[in-house]
Amino acid sequence: MLKDWFTNGIPIAEGTEWLTDQITEGFSFLFEPIKEHFGEFMEFTADKLMLVPPFIIIIIVALIAFFISGKKLGLAAFSIVGLWLIDNQGYWEHLINTFTLVLIASLLSVIIGVPIGILMSKSNTVEAIMKPILDFMQTMPAFVYLIPAVAFFGIGMVPGIFASLIFATPPTVRFTNLGIRQVSKELVEASEAFGSTGTQKLLKVELPMAKATIMAGINQTVMLALSMVVIASMIGAPGLGREVLSALQRAQVGTGFVAGIGIVILAIIIDRFTQSANSKE
Amino acid sequence: MPIIEAKNLTKVFGKNPKQAIELLNQGSSKEEILKKTGSTVGVNKASFSVEPGEIFVIMGLSGSGKSTLVRLINRLIEPTTGSILIDGQDLAKMDKKELRQVRREKLGMVFQRFALFPNRTVLQNAEYGLEIQKLPKEERAKKAREALELVGLGGYTDQKPDQLSGGMQQRVGLARALANDPEVLLMDEAFSALDPLIRKDMQDELIDLQSTMKKTIIFITHDLDEALRIGDRIALMKDGSIVQIGTPEEILMNPANDYVERFVEDVDRSKVLTANHIMKRPETINIEKHGPRVALERMKEAGISSILAVDSKRNLKGYVTAEDASEAKKKDIRDISEILLTDIKQVEKDTPMNEIFTIINGSSIPTAVVENDRLVGIIVRGAVIAALAGESEVDSEYA
Ligand SMILES: Nc1ncnc2c1ncn2[C@@H]1O[C@H](COP(=O)(O)OP(=O)(O)O)[C@@H](O)[C@H]1O
Ligand SMILES: [Mg+2]
Repeated sequence: MLKDWFTNGIPIAEGTEWLTDQITEGFSFLFEPIKEHFGEFMEFTADKLMLVPPFIIIIIVALIAFFISGKKLGLAAFSIVGLWLIDNQGYWEHLINTFTLVLIASLLSVIIGVPIGILMSKSNTVEAIMKPILDFMQTMPAFVYLIPAVAFFGIGMVPGIFASLIFATPPTVRFTNLGIRQVSKELVEASEAFGSTGTQKLLKVELPMAKATIMAGINQTVMLALSMVVIASMIGAPGLGREVLSALQRAQVGTGFVAGIGIVILAIIIDRFTQSANSKE
Repeated sequence: MPIIEAKNLTKVFGKNPKQAIELLNQGSSKEEILKKTGSTVGVNKASFSVEPGEIFVIMGLSGSGKSTLVRLINRLIEPTTGSILIDGQDLAKMDKKELRQVRREKLGMVFQRFALFPNRTVLQNAEYGLEIQKLPKEERAKKAREALELVGLGGYTDQKPDQLSGGMQQRVGLARALANDPEVLLMDEAFSALDPLIRKDMQDELIDLQSTMKKTIIFITHDLDEALRIGDRIALMKDGSIVQIGTPEEILMNPANDYVERFVEDVDRSKVLTANHIMKRPETINIEKHGPRVALERMKEAGISSILAVDSKRNLKGYVTAEDASEAKKKDIRDISEILLTDIKQVEKDTPMNEIFTIINGSSIPTAVVENDRLVGIIVRGAVIAALAGESEVDSEYA
């Protein structure tokens, strides 16, 4: 067998395929309901959002933008013009789809990433194990995750979310770990010296102190989720990405450009929103 | 019973503490152990006990293990060997929950760089210890307010720590520790980051607080002046070991070894020594019994040119010079009051030396030392100079 490996190459690809098959079959009891119910839930969310008239959403977004940017008009004005333009070009539904995907993918990333980051910060062993895994997750080209995603969850929104989870979670994990480790030793000592439990120390001192750093990680996660959601259009995820893709397939420069602009506008708004949540205080 | 008792408390930082402990037991030095094992001896067999209500100062140069020692007392650092008893309970044997309880109820801590929570207001900082004990909101706010009043920050409850000066921030630190009403305050170089004037104020206030609240205070400092000012007793540390424990006087007068002596050399003795240290037993006459004749006799005997006069209760009345006494003798005056001079300089027993020096300067007659108006001693000029020069040749009876 060893000789075989030397002459014909080590069957990494075959092995991976075998493993994926095993997982697909072995965990289908898990994947099937996720695919079904989670898919329904996302469509439901997107549908409800689409019921809201665009101008109401635009006003709400603009108001939030106004307040989080410290009552300056720039971001609010940009949001109004940008979102109106997307609606004007007939991409509102796609925008809502993309937004729903990004929102849910990011939320899941944060829900999973922050606790892992906390574990990493508490244990050097966990940190040593997680670091190379995170590097691997982030450097692997994003497309690659689409393949097992399809195997597990078929096509549509759910595999898009799955791929996005793997690709976009690492920054949240990393920055949570970093942020907690950076909390001044004296502050941690102070909280311990007064008799805090581990949970009290975490909730009352470490997380509040690490908040800015964690938010920077979350900002990166959201931006990565957006890029992944666009790529996930290749496996049938709906939204602005799909419009770009179909424009590409039909060589329609114009539509491709407009849908692309839509993604850029969404990206800028999301980025500024998550950043200013950070810079506040 | 001592409130805190440390027995052979030892901390070795590094991967192989066992080997380091063995070497320590064989008498190797901190340096040798670091070379041989790569482990750092933080604290080496420290034993001491602290009585309730005492200000116990731990002093030593940077790196001598003071911070490590104080953190062994509340087990922020786990001891390698040895034990620490608080109210007779062994801290090292406690589980997490018991340890937390002791920290909450018995031990407050104040930090060198204040360690205030920057996201909390002054009041919320002071509330921290009570908040984690889940006290009802109003009760903890009330107690925290009282603690803040106590340190003079009643009006700053809603500010954030970074809006306050260093001295005020450390008052918040102190209030945070006091709010829990702990038996013991652990203060790790609590005033070292403050500038000298504010530092002196804080020292005075701490002494005041201690005398009204009767807390036991373990105070860390690298500054001997500070140690002497506030300490009831001082433990001197070097390379992780305690090299001497004693009252400020004991440390100054009888340095245990060269190390302590060198430390002590820098101290401004004039601030520490008081009249009590340099006074001598006075020659006196009793104005109710003695006349000029006896006065002259006593002066001749002692070889002095003037003598202090007291009444039967040893209240200081004045002094008589040899010249006046022999004149009176010639004129056969019997009543001493005719030649009694009352322009005598006097100081209290606990007057510091630097003040005595200015009083005594330029005066040819000795200075009387009194305690509640009663004469207890006399200071001659030579003694002041000698003491300031560090030779303190003091009458052992009064030392
Ligand atoms: N966490 C640690 N790891 C390794 N060595 C330490 C640690 N903390 C303190 N030390 C060492 O222990 C010794 C005593 O330090 P410390 O207690 O901080 O001294 P001090 O407070 O008197 O300046 C020093 O040699 C220091 O380098
Ligand atoms: Mg220190």
